Amino acid sequence: MSFFSEALWVLLLGSLLGLELIGKVPPTLHTPLMSGANAISGITMLAALTLIIKSGDNLPLLIIGSISLGFALFNVIGGFLVTDRMLAMFSRKKTRK
Amino acid sequence: MTFIAPIKFAIDLLAVLLLALGIKGLSKVRSAREANRLAAIAMMLAAFGVLLNSQGTIGISINSWIWIICGTLIGGLLGALTAKRVPMTAMPEIVALFNGCGGMSSLLVALGVALFPSSESSDGIVGELIRNFSIVVSLFVGAITFSGSIVAMAKLQGWLSTPSWTQSKARHFFNIFCAVLASIGGIYLLIDGKNGLFLILIASSLLGVGVTLPIGGADMPVVISLLNSYSGVAAAAAGFVVGSQLLIVAGAMVGAAGLILTQVMCDGMNRSLVSVLFGGALGASSASSGGGGGEYTNITSCSPEECALSLEAAERVVIVPGYGLAVAQAQHTLREVTRVLENADIEVTYAIHPVAGRMPGHMNVLLAEADVPYEQLKEMDIINPEFPATDVVLVLGANDVVNPQAKTDQSSPLYGMPVLDVQEARTVFVVKRGMSAGYSGIKNDLFDLPNTSMVFGDAKKVLGDLLLELKELGVGSKG
Repeated sequence: MSFFSEALWVLLLGSLLGLELIGKVPPTLHTPLMSGANAISGITMLAALTLIIKSGDNLPLLIIGSISLGFALFNVIGGFLVTDRMLAMFSRKKTRK
Repeated sequence: MTFIAPIKFAIDLLAVLLLALGIKGLSKVRSAREANRLAAIAMMLAAFGVLLNSQGTIGISINSWIWIICGTLIGGLLGALTAKRVPMTAMPEIVALFNGCGGMSSLLVALGVALFPSSESSDGIVGELIRNFSIVVSLFVGAITFSGSIVAMAKLQGWLSTPSWTQSKARHFFNIFCAVLASIGGIYLLIDGKNGLFLILIASSLLGVGVTLPIGGADMPVVISLLNSYSGVAAAAAGFVVGSQLLIVAGAMVGAAGLILTQVMCDGMNRSLVSVLFGGALGASSASSGGGGGEYTNITSCSPEECALSLEAAERVVIVPGYGLAVAQAQHTLREVTRVLENADIEVTYAIHPVAGRMPGHMNVLLAEADVPYEQLKEMDIINPEFPATDVVLVLGANDVVNPQAKTDQSSPLYGMPVLDVQEARTVFVVKRGMSAGYSGIKNDLFDLPNTSMVFGDAKKVLGDLLLELKELGVGSKG
């Protein structure tokens, strides 16, 4: 029980933090911000990792975990790279100015 | 091995801090790129923390390592390839695709835990209930995120159109039916932890499709942003399932921040979230009510040559880029045209409507890709008072965002949407493929005005012709 009561506190505080993090966003950054936040939501890769590690020799579970990890990393790596590609175009302008 | 737990704890704390700073930094132009890297580092740290902790406590079998490496390599490589290859114009689809995969990942974790429950956990009856509840949430939200995102992607790519039944009341019944089925499955799963699993999966996947399919292309970015928020919720639920606080914080942060971003985007488009989700496509509702319809009476069309002559004589030119420019991938040709004009000492600025392009901020990215200086992009509120002092406005593939109806006609469905006042300029050229209506399916009064001329054709081709004409006229070739 202790984990869950702590976890509910964590959930509450995390949500409040998330609500406060973004205030005013310039329209220019809507797309990159969405894409960046999207990459972060691939954090479920941690859950996939835990699943694989704890599954021992259970082959179906290993496969499910591995596929899940693959999906998550596709999300994470693709998301961060594509965000960086977008943002690189903005910063390039700045240095040249 | 007692020192591993505190190290893991410190790594987790650091990762959460960096993630929060990352999300915060991404909302400011100056810090955005570093913030993105910071968040990426945080994710690596977090993964490292999990591996270190597991290796130190229960140990990771060779078998597990093999599967971890397989999943990492395949997913990571595909992600990297996709991110490098995809053209900038396809950005909305690709974000939807990535997002759907995140949802799928949470779903699979919950599925794995539900199918093969571990015997070690004994949190009592309440703990068991909470765990089953998290599995239900993770499956439900994960499935909606996945199917919704894939539908969103397919619609944006043009693979799927909007079937007519989705515009009728029937879709509400369909969605409610799916939601009820999913709830029944959820209750079954809560009670015995296994039955109802596939009922939830199928019903919530269908619900994701049913909710996303009726939504029109213009509103799709809002939906993607909302689904992005859902995938955060799914991640937090997966955190409860596997017992990871880091996952819960990160998921909750993304979920909440995504919600705020969705709201911000809605405000920019002057749409409410409720009308996006339940109102159906803008076009269908207006077509049936007949509002804002009518025939064009006074269309003037002209050739690129005439357009070039007007541009040559102008001192101040404003470009209004829109969706059509993005679709035609004409941003580079546009940049060449504006370079020629700039060489002839003609002042060129770009008027960026908040929802120009295929999603908010997309046009800025596309123009930045084509090397347009950041300072030349002007936001709507800044450029609007400048239109009366402008000689030529070139509207490229934009339609609804320059429709004066939004300010003058109270019966128009567009009424109240912020628009660019291009009709105030001396001459307006509208480059458009044909007389078809925009997203909203509403007649554009701008096209009937005496100072407006239409240049028909694909944006890229027209701009190419324009470039040739300008060169023939010797514009901008003095230096």
